[in-house]
Amino acid sequence: MIPTEFDYAAPESLDDALWLLGEGGEETRLLAGGHSLIPLMKLRVVVPTKLVDLRKVPGLDGMQREDGSWRIGAMTVHSELEHHPDLGLLSRAASTIADPQVRHCGTIGGSLAHGDPASDLPAVLLAAGGSVSAQGSGGPRTIEAADLFKDYMTTSVAPDEVITAVHVPALDGYGYGYQKFNRRAEDWAMVAVCALVYARDGVCEDVRVGLTHMASTPLRATAVEEALRGQPLYAGSIAEAAERAADATNPPGDLNATPAYKRHLARVLCQRALTEAAGLS
Amino acid sequence: MSATVPVRITVNGASHQLDVEPRRLLVHALREELGLTGTHVGCDTSSCGACTIHLDGVAVKSCTVLAVQCDGREVTTIEGLGSTDDLHPMQEAFWEHHGLQCGYCTPGMIMAGVDLLNRTSQPSESEIRHAIEGNLCRCTGYHNIVKAIQAASGQQTEATSQARDEVQA
Amino acid sequence: MTATEAAPNGAALHVGRSLKRKEDPRLITGRARYVDDMTVPGLLHAAIVRSPEAHAMIVSIDSSAALAREDVELVLTGQDMTDLESPLPCAWVPPGTEIANAPHWALARGQVNHVGDPVAIVVGTDRYAVVDAAEEVLVEYESLPVIVDPRAALADGATLVHEDLGSNRVFEFSLGGGDVEAGLAEADVVVQREIVNHRTSGAPIEPRGVIADFRAGSLTIHSSTQVPHFVRLFLALQLGISEERIRAVAPEVGGGFGAKLQFYGEEVLLAYASRRLQRPIKWIETRSEHMQVAHHGRDQIATCRMGARQDGTITAFHVQITADLGAYLMLLTPVIPVLGAFVMGGCYAIPNVRTDITGVFTNKMSTDAIRGAGRPEATHMVEVMIDQLASELGMSPPAIRRKNFIPKESFPAEVATGVVYDSGDYHGSLDKLMGKLDVEAFKREQAELRGRGIYRGIGLSTYTEICGLAPSRIVGPSGLGLQTGLWESAMVRVHISGAVTVYSGASPHGQGLDTSFAQIVADRLGVDPEVVEVIHGDTGTGPQGLGTYGSRSLSVGGEAIARATAKVAEKAKAIVAHELEAAAQDIEVSGDRFSVRGSPDHGMSLAEVAGAAYIPENLPEGMEPGLEETTFYDPENFVFPFGAHAAIVDVDGETGKVAVARYIAVDDCGPAVNPMIIDGQIHGGITHAIGQALYERVHYDDDGQLVTGTFVDYSLPSAAEVPMFETDRTETPSPSNSLGVKGVGEAGTIGASAAVTNAVIDALRPLGVTFMNMPLTPMRVWEAIEEARGGVPA
Repeated sequence: MIPTEFDYAAPESLDDALWLLGEGGEETRLLAGGHSLIPLMKLRVVVPTKLVDLRKVPGLDGMQREDGSWRIGAMTVHSELEHHPDLGLLSRAASTIADPQVRHCGTIGGSLAHGDPASDLPAVLLAAGGSVSAQGSGGPRTIEAADLFKDYMTTSVAPDEVITAVHVPALDGYGYGYQKFNRRAEDWAMVAVCALVYARDGVCEDVRVGLTHMASTPLRATAVEEALRGQPLYAGSIAEAAERAADATNPPGDLNATPAYKRHLARVLCQRALTEAAGLS
Repeated sequence: MSATVPVRITVNGASHQLDVEPRRLLVHALREELGLTGTHVGCDTSSCGACTIHLDGVAVKSCTVLAVQCDGREVTTIEGLGSTDDLHPMQEAFWEHHGLQCGYCTPGMIMAGVDLLNRTSQPSESEIRHAIEGNLCRCTGYHNIVKAIQAASGQQTEATSQARDEVQA
Repeated sequence: MTATEAAPNGAALHVGRSLKRKEDPRLITGRARYVDDMTVPGLLHAAIVRSPEAHAMIVSIDSSAALAREDVELVLTGQDMTDLESPLPCAWVPPGTEIANAPHWALARGQVNHVGDPVAIVVGTDRYAVVDAAEEVLVEYESLPVIVDPRAALADGATLVHEDLGSNRVFEFSLGGGDVEAGLAEADVVVQREIVNHRTSGAPIEPRGVIADFRAGSLTIHSSTQVPHFVRLFLALQLGISEERIRAVAPEVGGGFGAKLQFYGEEVLLAYASRRLQRPIKWIETRSEHMQVAHHGRDQIATCRMGARQDGTITAFHVQITADLGAYLMLLTPVIPVLGAFVMGGCYAIPNVRTDITGVFTNKMSTDAIRGAGRPEATHMVEVMIDQLASELGMSPPAIRRKNFIPKESFPAEVATGVVYDSGDYHGSLDKLMGKLDVEAFKREQAELRGRGIYRGIGLSTYTEICGLAPSRIVGPSGLGLQTGLWESAMVRVHISGAVTVYSGASPHGQGLDTSFAQIVADRLGVDPEVVEVIHGDTGTGPQGLGTYGSRSLSVGGEAIARATAKVAEKAKAIVAHELEAAAQDIEVSGDRFSVRGSPDHGMSLAEVAGAAYIPENLPEGMEPGLEETTFYDPENFVFPFGAHAAIVDVDGETGKVAVARYIAVDDCGPAVNPMIIDGQIHGGITHAIGQALYERVHYDDDGQLVTGTFVDYSLPSAAEVPMFETDRTETPSPSNSLGVKGVGEAGTIGASAAVTNAVIDALRPLGVTFMNMPLTPMRVWEAIEEARGGVPA
């Protein structure tokens, strides 16, 4: 299986990339690590006329901590996240993406722009309350994670915009848990749940829960968060809150998981992720 | 055909100038332009890992990389890892521990194994299994592949094969 | 007889040793040559246009846009190939059955019957361009109703795959002995279950591929196949080319697992197009094509009834199989369930056993031989049923097996299905297995894990299988109906230097037979295996042959080599006796020499013998020069490997996910030629069956669309899904061949799916689940748990 024909450019500045993107029309696509895009092109599900490769564009790499938040260049690959000592939940989630070879190529910016609800990073960004910086013909703007994911593989990044950086609050002092369920280690998540918990004196002062593959977009499990916030953290309160993990979800079913099974998994995994995040496991 | 693009690429230490269609997959450029057929294709979906090579020193699936993305970069294939006269320790270990049967997944599996040891010198069994979770083998059940990678990392493993000179002794 | 005794004069230096494989240096360095690694001057490329419809009439095909491309040389449709001599072959039909068959052409003619059915072939100058061009071939279809459920396909008024046959029923066939109804009537307990062996794919990591090169009236075809000699024969028949004008080569082949035991339409198409264009053409299957059109396996639904007396003595076993054969009958399609029926009695002395088989057409890809071919299905039925029965009787799984095993003293043992099991020691292998299971530790761990919501279970499977295909007088045209013999041939050639080349009609593709064969020859000629080269898979250089499948290549192909080598050794002994003025019967192989018994220094090396044979100045009177011999060997009987397997699994009681924690296998394939290779075959076989039990499934939706069309959805287990395997052996020689060997390529797959399934059921018993069918996917396990709890999973 091979892609259809397309033209290719590897601009050396962001301005050039934006110009190429704007000039190329709707079927021009950005190429970052290519590990979401190229498989779809090989299957001829996506048929771009032109690819604009961001590989040579400066300023899209690197990870710095700024004002309690991590700025992560959009071209940062998953393996860099995985092996970073201070990224906590993000690092853990990145370590479960596909396999080592894919993690050497796939990028955080590409993954978020792709907006696949079965991918690991979107729900993490959502739960952490992060954002992305995007640059387009209209200049730079910040898109909050809550506004980023619009529908199945659809984001609010405009066709002529480039994600340049990802901002993830450091959330110092938060415990985290990540529970990904798949049949085989290299598979996409059937369901995954990430949890961030800030506790003081055994009481849950803050909690954020993200759900992967429980709808056409990643979701926050707000019902769980509301049920647990302000409550003492123990097995019973976590179990009670986790019961609400599938509220307001609309999980897509497939051969190996009906919506009912996925709702069940969300509750089980939520309990486990919260338990882990609360340090009770 | 879309306009071809010049690509300068270093493969197994040798520099090459290629003119390729933008859609040319790296694996096909290696196999068909450069005649390096040790890198195989086993699927359409980046699942099987038979095409694993090293790009700038790390393992990637060359069926999911465009040749044009490799301009100015360095590739190592199984042919560059070692030859029959000068085997890489990982190749030696796969032979010694019967880590292959039909051999089709083997180049990719060896390249993934080397990549793991570049990151982790003494991996646990679980680390080895997860490091090759993107490399499918239908023949071996992975048992002897795991042993081979353990052995290549210098860790003690039970003997698998017997040397012929031992037989003669 | 043991391997040691079988070697001449007790000198087994190499047989029995875990020698490193001769094949490996080229494979580990990327220097091997699989089909896609080869090229030919002037090579063209092909892509195939396939049906997206499961069942439809072809209204029109417009190739004009594709043909107008500069890079396209030829487009062929079914209507362009009406001069083919015959449809694709079905070579084995159960004896005495009325078979309904429909012609299966290399390209569809007028109608497509499954997704992927080939409609046109596009040949052009560039590998990428022909893929584009294939998309430009416009095919208009008129959809027909689709039938995918094999039992619904048998109902009155069902949609018919082949309208003119009037039914989807292909055949009915029964095999067995005794009287199952009487046997069930005398049972105290009868257990009935519906056992499903779902559809799977062979999925070798190398997909198929063909290069056809027709030049000056002769055809050379390279194909990734297990059966090059069949490919030669059938191409001759299809294309009307005289057989000697065809050379079929299986070069390095990246696994087969039965999927390459076939004569495929692509082989015909490439050869046909190459003859038309007088140009070489290559076609390489994509994985997506492989999932659609490399034949599938299994897909049997069986109603099983097993009866026993209160003491556990099994009185009868009756199985009614509905076998989903897909849309066409391919090489061995109808006979696959029959192969399983031979061993439907398992390792047990069951007096009444019968298998009734109904073969059914559906709008799916054909089923045919996939690793084990009928025997994994049958073993799964027997071994799951015996555990169900044990549970009903309140007996332990080992106890009910021991109660019913055919005792060691009874061999050779004719069983109810009519075959004669050659040798066996079922108590021996189960005893050895049980010795490795620390039952106390198991119980302790089981209790500990329960506290964490993990349900640990243990499952046994004791199997025997029938392989070493096959005695021609039993399976041939007047026997079981196979339209060929199943002998094997070998030629052993000693060069003047004393080096040896062995030509085998087997066609190994990962089994390590170059090494095992070399070990056998080396012992018999007093040389190092290093100087024994094994050549196979090439009809141009090799002797006649029948290929590698059905765990036949050591017990049939290896025996042929041993016999050819024995002939060479006889001649060598005569030469040595003549040179040394000794009696031929006093010459033996000792170490690296042919020497006079009792005087090891008084002898000749093989090189010296070869020198005398090829420079014939002093040969015995009347002896021809040269030192090479050919043998054809047709086995007297099948061989019956056996073993005892145990799986220990952990089930997450909340999610239903199953993990194999431990797997222990004690197998018996007779005396080991190379124990390392045997272990490797077992490891792979077990993993294949774990794949079937827990991960893999070929699934079509109600419209006949293939849901599991890539390696993303068709889930081969990776290293992260399986444990290290604990293997051991017993060695019970087969009396069927001089090596005493039995096959081992399929044994692991045959034994393992029942062990895993029984273990999962054992794990789930505390949750009220007493029976489940494969695939034991997390959701299906969870649903079973919910159902047992009385909940209704929505």
